[in-house]
Amino acid sequence: MLRICLRGANATALTELTQPSSMMEKEVNTPKAKSEKKVKEEAGTAKESSPVPALPAKSIREASAEATHVISAISEVQSVPAPCDTQAVVEECKECHDHKDKPVSAAVHPDEGALRERPVEELATKLAQQDQEEQDAVISISACLEDSLASSAKATLQAIGAQEAALQAITQHTKKLKEAMEAEALSDEKSVQWKDLETALADRTSAVNDAETTTLKANETLDSLRSVIDKFKGLKVSAVRPLILAAEENLHNMMVDLNKVVTKVQSAESEAKIVSQYTELVNEAKQQFQREVSSLTPEIQANWKGLTGKLSADDLNALIAHAHRRIDQLNRELAEQRVREQIHIDAALEQQKLEDQKVLEKAVKTNLQHIKEETRLEQEKKLAELREVMEAEMRTQLRRQAAAHTDHVRDVLKVQEQELKAEADQVLSSKMLELETRYRQLSQEQLDNFTLDMNSAYARLKGIEEAIDSHVVAEEEARKVHQLWLSVEALSYTLKTTNADAPTVPLEDAAQAVRESCQDNDFALALVSALPEESLQHGVYSEASLRARFNSLRYLVRRVALIDESHNSLYQYFLSYLQAALMFEAKQEAPPSLLAWEDLDTFKLLSYASYSLEHGDLELAAKLVNQLRGEARRLAQDWLTEVRLTLETRQIVSLLSAYANAVGLGTTQAQ
Amino acid sequence: MADQHGRKWDRCVADTAIKTATGLGVGLVFSLLFFKRRTWPLFFGSGLGLGMGYANCQHDFRSPYLVHGRIVKEQ
Repeated sequence: MLRICLRGANATALTELTQPSSMMEKEVNTPKAKSEKKVKEEAGTAKESSPVPALPAKSIREASAEATHVISAISEVQSVPAPCDTQAVVEECKECHDHKDKPVSAAVHPDEGALRERPVEELATKLAQQDQEEQDAVISISACLEDSLASSAKATLQAIGAQEAALQAITQHTKKLKEAMEAEALSDEKSVQWKDLETALADRTSAVNDAETTTLKANETLDSLRSVIDKFKGLKVSAVRPLILAAEENLHNMMVDLNKVVTKVQSAESEAKIVSQYTELVNEAKQQFQREVSSLTPEIQANWKGLTGKLSADDLNALIAHAHRRIDQLNRELAEQRVREQIHIDAALEQQKLEDQKVLEKAVKTNLQHIKEETRLEQEKKLAELREVMEAEMRTQLRRQAAAHTDHVRDVLKVQEQELKAEADQVLSSKMLELETRYRQLSQEQLDNFTLDMNSAYARLKGIEEAIDSHVVAEEEARKVHQLWLSVEALSYTLKTTNADAPTVPLEDAAQAVRESCQDNDFALALVSALPEESLQHGVYSEASLRARFNSLRYLVRRVALIDESHNSLYQYFLSYLQAALMFEAKQEAPPSLLAWEDLDTFKLLSYASYSLEHGDLELAAKLVNQLRGEARRLAQDWLTEVRLTLETRQIVSLLSAYANAVGLGTTQAQ
Repeated sequence: MADQHGRKWDRCVADTAIKTATGLGVGLVFSLLFFKRRTWPLFFGSGLGLGMGYANCQHDFRSPYLVHGRIVKEQ
């Protein structure tokens, strides 16, 4: 039964399950045949046939139950994991999944990001990430494998130990049974023996159960390990291949060991079965014999071996006769058996041949499988080695290539660098040139602007200076003019500084001042030079004084009215005095605009002059007085000159004043 | 010139008076000395004096109108 489980665990087709059951049947048949032989020789087959079909039926049922158990426990499908297996796998290698899933999922996003962002750096990071993932995967896988390997090894060892124990127990039991069967010991020893046998049987059953359970567990773990290995194989991560190979190898070894031990146990069990069957037969025979004996001698008890001393002669004779009869029967059976021996043997041989064939086939198959596995493992190992070697070589080649590439790249980079440098230099120089020209241009512009500004400023400055100068000049002029004006004013003021009859102060100072204040003014100079010396030296008389003088002069002139060049004797004087006394003219008479002949009379003239004097017209008065003739004229000459002087001075001063005013008006700025 | 006129008159009168007085005096003297105290030298002298004074006075008054000629020798 265990063989079925193990064989099933080897992951062969279901047919093998049926085959083992048939094998089992056949195996059962062969011991059945053996037992049949033995039983037939002893007694009828009816009694034995009933337990015998029960055995195969029971065995078949058991086998089927085991098979179902096995099928339910183990998954046949390799690639698609069954839920229980996946659970086991998941439980065992959840880490791996997590490790794998996370990096994978993490790798996706950066991948997407890599497409959008710069691929180079992302690529490097992705590669690093992938390496990291691989490493992580490797680590996780190795961890998983180690875990599963460890667990399976433990389970397998346990199973092997249990199996060994079971083997031991079975052999022990068998030995004991044999001893119990074959030894002809005393009854109490026999009972002890039987007790030992029972304990041994109990031990054996317990050991066998333990072995079964542990083997099942081991098989489970081995299957899970296998599935894990297959899954990891499916992942195609190269670095874990040796690990996988090692794990597979370990798995194979463990399975082989387990199988060996299981076969050992099975053989022991078969032996035990044989022995047990033998014991059963013996017991049956014994019982039969006992029944016969009891049927013959009902008084005798069952344990006849120990009753040798208690039997009577009849019983003994009966017993002997029975024994002889039995012997005869047995001899007959033996002869019959000898006759049929060959046939039986041939049939048995045939059966055995077939069974052997089947067993051989099975063994061959298993061995073939083992060898196949081994060869496959070796091949894979070799493949892995080769791959490694190839990888190493490829790596060296790649390294070489990379070195060559780097050299080439370096050269190319150098060349490129130079090119770029040249280009950059050119660009730089052109830019520099451009910038320089621009700079020069700008500076020139700036300079020009500056010069322009400077020029303009200079021109403005010059203009300003000129303006200022002209201003200064104008101011100077104005100042001069003001000075002139002031001096002229002073001069005109001096004209007013007359007391009643005294003349003014001499105008020399004022005239000098005027002369100084108009050094470059020809007009003023001319005017000033036109000032009469008299006025400069002696000053001028005021109008009032002249008026007063005229009044006094008038009387005198009246008295000498008749005196002229021809009439200038004293008698004439007397006559003129007389005339003056007797002439009554108007004191003042308005002079006409046109002087007629009769207006040239002295007295009239005098009245005219008086009138004009009174009315402030000195000039007219002077003009009128100028019309006097003779002595009158001579007498009025002084006064006339004085008046002329005054008039002259006044005229000049007024001219100067007007000129100064005009110039001052022109130059004075309204502030 | 007006005051000169006055001064002229003063001079004239003074001069005439003096001359008359002087003439009178001379006449007196002559009269006393030479003309046995006749009165006619007094009058003559005074008259002489007056006349001289009058002439001087007149000459003084005419003086501005007098033309002083010179005989220029012909070549």
